[in-house]
Amino acid sequence: MKMFKKLKAFNREMITLLKAKDYKQIGQKLRRVFVGMKFTDGLFYKILIYSLLISLGYIYLYPVLYMVTNSFMTVEDIINVSVKWIPSSFNFENYRIVWQDIGYLNALKDAFILSVLPALSATVSSAIIGFGFARYNFPLKRLLFVLMIITFIVPPQITMLPTFRMFSDYGLLGSIKAFIYPAILGQGLNGAIFILIFYQFFKMIPKSLEESAQLDGASNFKIFTKIALPLALPSIIIVFLFSLVWYYNETYLSGLFLRGSDLMTLPLRVNQFINSFTSVYPEGSRARELMQAVKLAGNVLTLLPLLIIYFIFQRHFVESIDRTGITGE
Amino acid sequence: MKKLFEHVGEFYNQKVSKVIDKIKYALTHNFILRYTSIHVVVFSFIKIRVTNKRRAAITGLTFIFIWIVGYLIFSLYPMAYSLYLSFFKVRLDGANIQMAYEGFNNFKAAFISDPYFVEILLEYVMSTIINVPVVLVFALIIAMLINQDIKGKGVWRTIFFLPVIISSGPIIGELINQGATTLPSIANYNIVNLILENVGSFIADPIQNLLETILLVLWFSGIQILILLAGLQKIDKAIYEASMIDGASPWESFWKITLPSIMPLISVSVVYTVVSMSVFSLNEVIIYIKNVMLGESTVGTLTTGYGYSAALSWIYFLTMVIIIGIFVGLLNVKRRSRR
Repeated sequence: MKMFKKLKAFNREMITLLKAKDYKQIGQKLRRVFVGMKFTDGLFYKILIYSLLISLGYIYLYPVLYMVTNSFMTVEDIINVSVKWIPSSFNFENYRIVWQDIGYLNALKDAFILSVLPALSATVSSAIIGFGFARYNFPLKRLLFVLMIITFIVPPQITMLPTFRMFSDYGLLGSIKAFIYPAILGQGLNGAIFILIFYQFFKMIPKSLEESAQLDGASNFKIFTKIALPLALPSIIIVFLFSLVWYYNETYLSGLFLRGSDLMTLPLRVNQFINSFTSVYPEGSRARELMQAVKLAGNVLTLLPLLIIYFIFQRHFVESIDRTGITGE
Repeated sequence: MKKLFEHVGEFYNQKVSKVIDKIKYALTHNFILRYTSIHVVVFSFIKIRVTNKRRAAITGLTFIFIWIVGYLIFSLYPMAYSLYLSFFKVRLDGANIQMAYEGFNNFKAAFISDPYFVEILLEYVMSTIINVPVVLVFALIIAMLINQDIKGKGVWRTIFFLPVIISSGPIIGELINQGATTLPSIANYNIVNLILENVGSFIADPIQNLLETILLVLWFSGIQILILLAGLQKIDKAIYEASMIDGASPWESFWKITLPSIMPLISVSVVYTVVSMSVFSLNEVIIYIKNVMLGESTVGTLTTGYGYSAALSWIYFLTMVIIIGIFVGLLNVKRRSRR
C-alpha cells in the first residue's frame, strides 16, 4: 500500500514535470530511481538482488517441492508423462501405506530418543570442553587442540572396525549407549565442530567478568555454571539443534551399531520398509510403479519432524549465529 | 511450585552441600594429598607450590579431562589399531581375527595392482578441487544477498538453510536417484557443448560433471552460508560508510573491505567443505572402500578384507589432508602477498 502511494506520487510529479517540459530534471529523477544515490539503493540493484535470490532459492526449493508434489501421485500420474508437477488429485494413499507399515508414531519416538539423548550429552560435554580450551592455559594445549581438529577430518572408515569390535566386546552394540558414551566424552558426531563453536564463544567473554566472580569467592566450576553457561545460551541452542539434526539423519554409524536391534533411526526404518516393499512386488507391477511415490512419501515423513523443529527454532538458528561464536576469530 | 523449589533449595543448602563440603575436605586433607594455603603436599614430603599459573593449568585440564579420555578411547586407539591392521592381511571369521603380516604390500597394491582405486581417487581429487571454489563462491554470494536489506528476511533465510537439514541425511541420495538434483535444461545449452568440445577431456570431463551435479554441489553450502553470514554481520557498518565517503564503489569495497575481513572464515569454510564432501556417504571413494571392507570387491587375492580397506582409508585420509593443505596454503599466500 505504501509502495502504491509512493508510485502515485511519483507519477504525479512526472506528469507535472512533463507538462513543464523540464527534461533535464526528468532525466535526473529517473536516474535517481533506477541507479539511486550510490547504486546500492536504486531499482536496478533491487531487481538484481531479488532475481538472484529467487533463482538461487529455486535451486534449493526445487528438490523439496519435487519431493512433496510427487509423493502425492497415484500410479496413473506417474505413468502419465504430462503430469509433471501437480498431481491430478491429492491422494494420501502413499502416506497411509508408509505410516501404517513402519508404525510411524512409534518409529518417530524411537528416532527422537536416539537423537535427543546423544545430542544432549554432546551439548553438555562440548560446552565443558570448549570452556576448558578457551579460558585456561595448560601445557600441550596447542597440540591437544590440533588433535581435536584432526578428529574432525578423519574419515569414519578409518575408525570403524576397531570401534565396532570395541563396542561388541563391551556389549554396547544394539543399544543407545553406543552413541551416548562417545558423545559424553566429546567424541560424538562432529564433536569437534561443537567444541570449536563453544571455544570461540567462551573466548569472547571478557576476562574481567571472571575475575570479579573470583574475587567474590566463586569457584571455577561456579564461574562456568553461573556466568559462562547462561551467556552461552545461543550457542547451546545452535549446538543442540545441529547435533539433533545430525544424529537424526545419521545412517552410516547407526546402520552399523544398531544392526539387528529394534532401535532404529527413522531414515533407516524407511529404507528397510522400501527394501521389503521392492522385494514383495515383482518388476513391472502396478505397485512397483507406485514405489517411486511411496519412497518420496516416506522421505517427506522422515523430514517433516525436522522441518517443524526447524521452523519453530528458525529464529534461533538464524538470528543468533553472530552471537554464537561460529565465526572464528 | 515456587515453594517446592524453595524446599529443594533449602534441603540442598542444609544437607547436601554440607556432605559435599565434607567430602571435599576429606579429599584435600588426607595423608596422600594435603592442601595447605600455598602448597600441595603429596605423601607429606613432596611439596608443590601452587602458583596461579599451575592452578589454571590444573583447572583447564580437569575441564578437558573428559575429552582426553574420549580421545584416547574413541579416536586414538581406533586410529592406531587401523593403522596397525593396514600392514596385515585380515580375515574375519565370525568373532576371530586372522592376521598375516604383509608389510607395505597393502599400500603398494592400492597403487599398482588395484585397477579401480587410483582412478577413483584421481576423479575425487579433480572434482573436489573444482567443486570447493564453486561451493564457496555460491555460499559467499548467498550470504551477502541475505545480509542485504531485503524484504522477508526470515523466508529467505529459511529457504537457504534448508540444505543444513536435508543434505546431512539419506534423503539427498534419494533425490539424486530420482534426478531431482540435476537441471535438465543445462545440458542443452549449445555454448556449454561448444566449450566442452574445444578443450581436452581431462578438463572437460570434470566441467561436464560439475554441470550435471551443480545442484548437488550447491546443496553442500548450507553450513558455509551460516559461517560466512555470521562473519559478514560482524563487519562494522561504519567502515563501509567511511569508504563510501572516500569515493569507493561497492565493487571496490567488496574487494578491499568485505573479502579481507572474512578471509579467516573462508579458510574455515574450505576445510569444512572438503571434509563434508569427502565423508559424504555417496562419495565414490567411500563406497569403494566400504565394498572392499565387506569383501564385495573381488579383484585379486590381496585386495579384499579389512587390512586392505584400512590401507585405502589411510591413503584417502592423507589425500584429504593434502587437498586441505593446498587450499589453505593458497589462501594464505594470497593474503600475505596483499599485505
